[in-house]
Amino acid sequence: MMIDDQDRQLIAALEGGLPLCKDPYGEIAKRAFMKPGEVLSRLNAMCERGIINRHGLIVHHHRLGYRSNAMVVWDIPDKKLATLGHAMAAFPFVTLCYRRPRRLPVWPYNLFCMIHGKSRVQVEEQVLIIVEKLGLKDIPRDVLFSRRRFKQCGAHYVSETPPNGKHPPLLEKQAV
Amino acid sequence: MDMEKTRLPERDAHEEVPRLSALDKRLLNEYQHGFPLIQEPYAAIAGEMNISEDDVLKALERLKTLGIVNRIGPVFRPHTVGWSTLAAMHVPQERIEYIASIISSHPQVNHNYEREHELNLWFVVTALSEEEVNATLNEIAEQTGLEIIDLPMLESFHIDLGFALS
Repeated sequence: MMIDDQDRQLIAALEGGLPLCKDPYGEIAKRAFMKPGEVLSRLNAMCERGIINRHGLIVHHHRLGYRSNAMVVWDIPDKKLATLGHAMAAFPFVTLCYRRPRRLPVWPYNLFCMIHGKSRVQVEEQVLIIVEKLGLKDIPRDVLFSRRRFKQCGAHYVSETPPNGKHPPLLEKQAV
Repeated sequence: MDMEKTRLPERDAHEEVPRLSALDKRLLNEYQHGFPLIQEPYAAIAGEMNISEDDVLKALERLKTLGIVNRIGPVFRPHTVGWSTLAAMHVPQERIEYIASIISSHPQVNHNYEREHELNLWFVVTALSEEEVNATLNEIAEQTGLEIIDLPMLESFHIDLGFALS
């Protein structure tokens, strides 16, 4: 078990983000029914254990003018996957880079990266930079530009029935 | 489902990009990771930047109101706190808004995009457990009568430092 019920309670209390006030962790502590020191020590522990990837501002690309986003998918020979995956993730414009399963015959691709750019042309150029620099000319790929965004919100980890069986009063679901 | 209440996708292609101050840019560039984990984090940031805590709070408040900052908080490594998957579907074009609204109505769905491909609807399902994710996929398959391609993450090559502003 990587995290315990108290961590889950804390994660749920953090779902709407840190409030903008003098002592935001103290505020979260109240919502999670914890001592303020407990909130900080648990968050620090989750950072150290790599459960938290990063802690900070979560930015909306779209509102900053990065309006073109493409999921670029590649059919990479399994032996080369780890090396190429790490190399691809290192490009500054690649915002995610994951291995996922192929689902043959409909889906032959096993490496997915996300590129956010200010225009379609810029994203297309960035794909070509990857192809060029990593020598992927002969690797089958597809570029799936987004057309419409129907929903985007933070991950929602609140269980319908919390571990202790009662809903704390301030633990409301995030509006979606 | 009541079509009147169906949320239409945001029409943001023509929206103006808000102007950012030097302070906004610094906050966005420097605090997407490593946000202070101490009792008074905004005061600590203010100290770093040689401005008042009030200025930091006001700038962040504005960035939130503008929708540039979604929230401040932790981003978890995939599959540690819960489970998630990326799912794809082929939806006939004339049904896509309706099908998308069914999918978006699930609280476990946190991203739902139309993309340019024969598999034209892509969504992310996140929940506390793999079982709950699978149950949601099954429910969506039943509600829509469409086949779902389930593409869970198997390995992450990405080191998440947030998004660099150019």
